[in-house]
Amino acid sequence: MKANPSVLPITLENVSLRRGDKRVLKDIDCRFGATPARSLIIGANGAGKSLFLRVCHGVVAPDGGRVRWAQSLDPKVLARAQAMVFQRPVLLRRTAAGNIDLALKIHQVGAAERRRRVADALDKTGLARFCDTPARALSFGEQQRLALARAMALQPQVLFLDEPTASLDPAAAHLVESIIRDLSESGVKIIMTSHDLNQAKRLADEIIFLHRGRIKERAPAAQFFDGPKNDLAQAFLNGELLWWRRRSIYEGIGCE
Amino acid sequence: MNWTRAVAWSCLFFLPLSILPDAASAADKPYITLASTTSTQNSGLFDHILPLFSAKTGIAVRVVAVGTGAALRLARNGDADVLLVHHRPSEDAFVDEGFGVKRHPLMHNDFVLVGPQADPAGIVGGRDAGQAFKRIAETRAPFVSRGDDSGTHKRELEIWRRAAVDTTAHSGTWYRETGSGMGAALNTASAMSAYTLSDRGTWLGFRNKRQLAVLVEGEAGLINSYGVVVVAAEHHPHVKQALGQRFVDWLLSAAGRDAIAGHRIDGQQLFFPD
Amino acid sequence: MDEIWRAMASAGAMLWGMDARMLEVIGLSLQVSLAAVAIAALIGLPLGAAVALQRFPGRRLTIVILNALMGLPPVVVGLLVYLMLSRSGPFGVLNLLFTPAAMIIAQVILVLPIIVSLSRETLETLWGEYEEALRSLAATPWQALVTLIWDGRFMLVTALLAGFGRAIAEVGAVMIVGGNIDHVTRVMTTSIALEASKGNLSIALGLGLVLLLLSLSVNIAAYGLRLFGEARNPA
Repeated sequence: MKANPSVLPITLENVSLRRGDKRVLKDIDCRFGATPARSLIIGANGAGKSLFLRVCHGVVAPDGGRVRWAQSLDPKVLARAQAMVFQRPVLLRRTAAGNIDLALKIHQVGAAERRRRVADALDKTGLARFCDTPARALSFGEQQRLALARAMALQPQVLFLDEPTASLDPAAAHLVESIIRDLSESGVKIIMTSHDLNQAKRLADEIIFLHRGRIKERAPAAQFFDGPKNDLAQAFLNGELLWWRRRSIYEGIGCE
Repeated sequence: MNWTRAVAWSCLFFLPLSILPDAASAADKPYITLASTTSTQNSGLFDHILPLFSAKTGIAVRVVAVGTGAALRLARNGDADVLLVHHRPSEDAFVDEGFGVKRHPLMHNDFVLVGPQADPAGIVGGRDAGQAFKRIAETRAPFVSRGDDSGTHKRELEIWRRAAVDTTAHSGTWYRETGSGMGAALNTASAMSAYTLSDRGTWLGFRNKRQLAVLVEGEAGLINSYGVVVVAAEHHPHVKQALGQRFVDWLLSAAGRDAIAGHRIDGQQLFFPD
Repeated sequence: MDEIWRAMASAGAMLWGMDARMLEVIGLSLQVSLAAVAIAALIGLPLGAAVALQRFPGRRLTIVILNALMGLPPVVVGLLVYLMLSRSGPFGVLNLLFTPAAMIIAQVILVLPIIVSLSRETLETLWGEYEEALRSLAATPWQALVTLIWDGRFMLVTALLAGFGRAIAEVGAVMIVGGNIDHVTRVMTTSIALEASKGNLSIALGLGLVLLLLSLSVNIAAYGLRLFGEARNPA
């Protein structure tokens, strides 16, 4: 890891976000420090998990409130200390190695160091043999691993992941999870979303539960899975929380 | 990005810059710009006489061939060093306004009235252009006019005036103004089987005659005089007046006259030095 | 029809004979048009990228105007450049009139709107794809621009070819600013115009066929390049 000043903590103050007429994030007050190492954000579809991640990462600007990072840091340093793996990997029309190389070039990493990191990242994600294959010729799972390799190679302090194993087969998903574990053990702060409760149980140090754009509960993982305080969260865990209503309340009465 | 590809792309981009050496070497040789008409160009006169001048003096002559009106404008703007056209009034005005040094009569040939061999207006063999034009107007036979303010066009208008015909009233019906050079006008007349006025030089060199033929010729009013003027450095100091004068001197000399007279197409002499 | 057969025969004869004058004229046509496209690309690709990537007031109007400029009549461009470069004009001292340089300038003006508009179109599509990923990497606008242009290079070649097609085929601009001077500024299109005006229709058509073949060769080369590139990096 680089001996750089830490960019954490990230603080979201009264953040809100609109999409068209809808308010998709509401009154978000939240702080991410170096610990707990792995924060998982869960919630039903449409709860706003992806947007929340994007606002934290800075690719989407909030309509209200602000996102603050550690004090008095050069915005460039700040931007380069984080990386994100999106739900759908966006890869350039180049080889696998080329994609990682470009990301490193953008971060102004020197040529020799780039070669080293590219080889290392491809190796760790099991993609070494695809080094010179056009990235878009890879399977979806391989592409997602490549996106992760790209993020890793940047050696960020904070890594955001948006449902990284959503469409991966079990072997690939397992590999990705072990990489995430390794990264967090080497000091990278992990903030990710997941719709897979078992994955959340495996990986999370803390859980943040989002419902309709609000943080309904935030607790250490063990405590959350034992018994969440929020009843929506409980309904979610039970598989009863539908994205537009609670089945247990309105069952038998018809659509809302 | 690997190096071979970078090199390949750069070659593609920089290949055209090899044009620059061409421009440089051309600039070493002294040259003058001659503004002249399409009729003299198309007759092939310049291809014949200019190499002789260049061989003798080492001065290249770059011909820009446009209509008489355009040639005068170029010379007025100082974009040419010598002017060679065939409309005396315009040439005199050019000198009077101080743009030209002096007008020298250079050579002459004549205009011919060409038309379809079928000759609907019945003018063949006539010796009076004015009469012929009158007949064409009366029979409303198709007539192609250059309509481009050239020497030929101006002469054509003078003949219409002599015939007391108002062509603007008939424009678009039997009287068709193409607004083009002699060659294009002849092509049009050929395709339409129409009458038109042409200078003999262009006519002799023209390769698309089809059933067009010379119907009226030989009248004094059809004489086509060419004059040459050196552009004066007074208004345009950069103009190559000295070199231009050498060219005009050569044209007027025995060598120049012989060259002009020596230009023939199918054995026929096209221009007669004055 | 007769004329057309004669034209093909004369085209064949010209190509077979490959006489020096022909080569000179073909060479100049290629030099002028390729140079014009190269210069227009150097200016136009970054410009197209800038319009594609930046939001600024009047952007939509700019795009509409750029698209409209693709239809600039060559003869009008020729006249405007003549007025600029004439000895009586503002840039007369440069002494560029009736030289290949003037022809290149006129063709750059003609070709630029095409390259800007078409590259903008391509890059806007690519930007839609890559924007989030590039923002995530904190790429500077310049870095984003270079990445987009490089990544879309094969699609951008089509824009360049469209520009080249326009340049190599036009006669209005080069005739006026070049003057069709033998051995100096005579290109294929002005030669065709000259032969047509002399009534040498089959020679004119023959030259036209040669010009078509020339254009075809350039397009085949570019397409080959694209296929080669796409085989290595499927979209």
